[in-house]
Amino acid sequence: METFRTYDTGAFYDELIEANGQPRSGAQLLVDKIESLPAGDLVLRQKAAEAMLLKMGITFNVYGRDEGTEKIMPFDIIPRIVSSSDWQQIESGLKQRIFALNEFIQDVYNDKRILKDKVVPEDLILTSRTYRKECEGFTPPRGIWCHVTGTDLVRDGDGCFYVLEDNLRCPSGVSYVLENRQVLKRTFPQVFGASRVRPVDDYPTKLLEMLEFLAPDNVQTPTIGVLTPGIYNSAYFEHSFLSQQMGVELVEGQDLVVSDGFVHMLTTKGLKRVDVLYRRIDDDFIDPAVFRPDSMLGVRGLIEVYKAGRIAMANAPGTGIADDKVIYAYVPKIIKYYTGEEAILPNVPTYICREDQDRAYVLAHLDQLVVKAANESGGYGMLVGPHATETERAAFAEKIAAEPRNYMAQPTISLSRVPTIVGNRIEGRHVDLRPYVLFGEEIYVQPGGLTRVALTKGSLVVNSSQGGGSKDTWVL
Amino acid sequence: MLSRVANSIYWMCRYIERAENVARFISVNLNLLLDMPSEKGKHWEPLVMITGDQALFEKMNSDYNRDAVIRFLTFDRDYPNSILSCLAAARENGRSIREIISSEMWEHLNNFYLELADAKSLTMALEDPHRFFKIIQMRSHLFTGLMDSTMSHGEAWNFARIGMMMERADKTSRILDVKYFMLLPQADLVNTPIDNIQWTAVLKSASAFEMYRKEHHHITPRKVAGFLIFDSQFPRSIRHCIAKAQICLHRITGSPSGSASNVAEKRLGRLKADIEYTDIDEVVDHGLHEYLDRLQTRLNQVDGAIGTTFFNFKPLIENATQEQSQA
Repeated sequence: METFRTYDTGAFYDELIEANGQPRSGAQLLVDKIESLPAGDLVLRQKAAEAMLLKMGITFNVYGRDEGTEKIMPFDIIPRIVSSSDWQQIESGLKQRIFALNEFIQDVYNDKRILKDKVVPEDLILTSRTYRKECEGFTPPRGIWCHVTGTDLVRDGDGCFYVLEDNLRCPSGVSYVLENRQVLKRTFPQVFGASRVRPVDDYPTKLLEMLEFLAPDNVQTPTIGVLTPGIYNSAYFEHSFLSQQMGVELVEGQDLVVSDGFVHMLTTKGLKRVDVLYRRIDDDFIDPAVFRPDSMLGVRGLIEVYKAGRIAMANAPGTGIADDKVIYAYVPKIIKYYTGEEAILPNVPTYICREDQDRAYVLAHLDQLVVKAANESGGYGMLVGPHATETERAAFAEKIAAEPRNYMAQPTISLSRVPTIVGNRIEGRHVDLRPYVLFGEEIYVQPGGLTRVALTKGSLVVNSSQGGGSKDTWVL
Repeated sequence: MLSRVANSIYWMCRYIERAENVARFISVNLNLLLDMPSEKGKHWEPLVMITGDQALFEKMNSDYNRDAVIRFLTFDRDYPNSILSCLAAARENGRSIREIISSEMWEHLNNFYLELADAKSLTMALEDPHRFFKIIQMRSHLFTGLMDSTMSHGEAWNFARIGMMMERADKTSRILDVKYFMLLPQADLVNTPIDNIQWTAVLKSASAFEMYRKEHHHITPRKVAGFLIFDSQFPRSIRHCIAKAQICLHRITGSPSGSASNVAEKRLGRLKADIEYTDIDEVVDHGLHEYLDRLQTRLNQVDGAIGTTFFNFKPLIENATQEQSQA
């Protein structure tokens, strides 16, 4: 039976249900609704939602070309609900954090004050794989580097939110937020209406305004494009969706050429100048003349035009430096340095393997820690100590000893859970939260975000590439 | 609009039209067989002949039986013109421009493909082929209808229409060519009931039977050929397709009809004028097959000219986008 009567929150913080089994205040309407459904109805609604997603073609590609290579991102119809007081903290914390990180990137590539003041070790910056020497001395249009961010937050057993990762390069997933919302509005229309959920649909408009804000001064009506690697990219749906929602061109590298010092699109009526690119291709591939010469996805000469101020790009190249998982450990200090304030959203405590004392602790406590490589994402290159075998831990210990700069470790967070449909029961599954932040004329935090859920029982890995799914996120 | 986008929408519609044509050929053949004295093997080969891909078929199959031909023309992923391959290609193109086409079109196309790719489709195609191929045809028509009624009739739509018209003209010429070639030498069959059935089938292959009847009443090979090539009103006649394609082309460039601003307009305009000032008697005197052969070549040239004018004009860059392979 799909009911909360037998639901067990276990030893975890549950986002909908209190430890005593009562719904949290914002979740009462939803829980009542689910309890009132005839047996089997919740599962039917779940199936209907999945069918809707497949029909809309909201799929991600599993590489290869055979049948069955496209899947919908697993989706669970029970939403995660965030109270308005929790959201206030998240919103102000993210604004503070993104502002400070943007200052940091500008500083690192220009005056290097924070390095000279020894708040962040200089060699750490210079040895980062995401440091772009090409950006030294450069200031992007309006001084903004990280226009689009998707920060990963987690809630620990103590009920507090922590920042787990900053994603300042090409974070994806916002289209799922928008589409999940469409589906859920149809799944629980009355509860949704009565709960006064804050709308997320503003996002494409805000994104467009931000991109227009970046356009060179002499351009009245900028031509804007979303630059995608193409239909075989796993986030292609999102690129297409965002360009459609904004009403701008979706372009691939092959559609663009540099000529006469500007970037142009190849159109049926000849060349047309492009003023702003929302690029969804990594730095490495964006311009074979500057970065990886074997890239087939980028545009030769793009960076030169960009540096000359004749095209704007979001995000700016070089933002990956603030994404380095070891530099992450210094973000509270970075916030303090640029704003004079304490971080509103704390970091997860982090051990830096290049520091001898920390490394010794990490190596001695591998069975309790999560170890991450500085520049991997998607759940790759990490060790979840408590779930790993002795051999896996030993292998990781060698990697850490060989290349200490490249690793950091954190205590295993006891991620909060949300009730989730499993077969015909409701069980708790671990989640994180990725809100999306836009930095244009001002900083905008989309009220909602992607709640990723680890569908495997007990699993803490929420990445879609590792069997994770998603939920709608209701901010009240 | 982006050249790549124009190319994709043009091909998306060509592939849908192609899939619909293949389904219609099979449908008509299934009906025809019900009226024919049984003569094993002979009736399925022409279907593959119309596509012009006999060599490929024979490489993979030993004889032209019903199931092998249906499987090949409908489900073979290694055969680029099978219905499934066409739909997969149409969908890939559609996916790359889904921000250009309407959600209705995309969702329909996506669903059309997913259901056809499902394992149950093959069973249905072999067990209840009449119904199966009717569904394919109706879904293609639905796509065209959605395109007409949910998408702005701007540049993208005009490219789509040109793709569809070019494909349709090509297919009509092929049906006629193959059937004429097969039917005429059998002089002893002329004006027998079976002959009549065959020519009716030719018309049905182009959905032309009823409209032909209203125009000509009696079925003669010459009149059938004349109708399919020269009728100015019938939507699958070659003349009609060319005229419609020309209108769309001029809407895209904005140049007035009667003038030509690029090589695509020149070629298409010339072809249209030739068709308008030719009639069936002249064609039969010179040989229908030769005429149709030449026509197909000229259609291909128009297609090529559209490609170089709008889709891959970047002369400065090597390895420009390859045109999509055509049958």
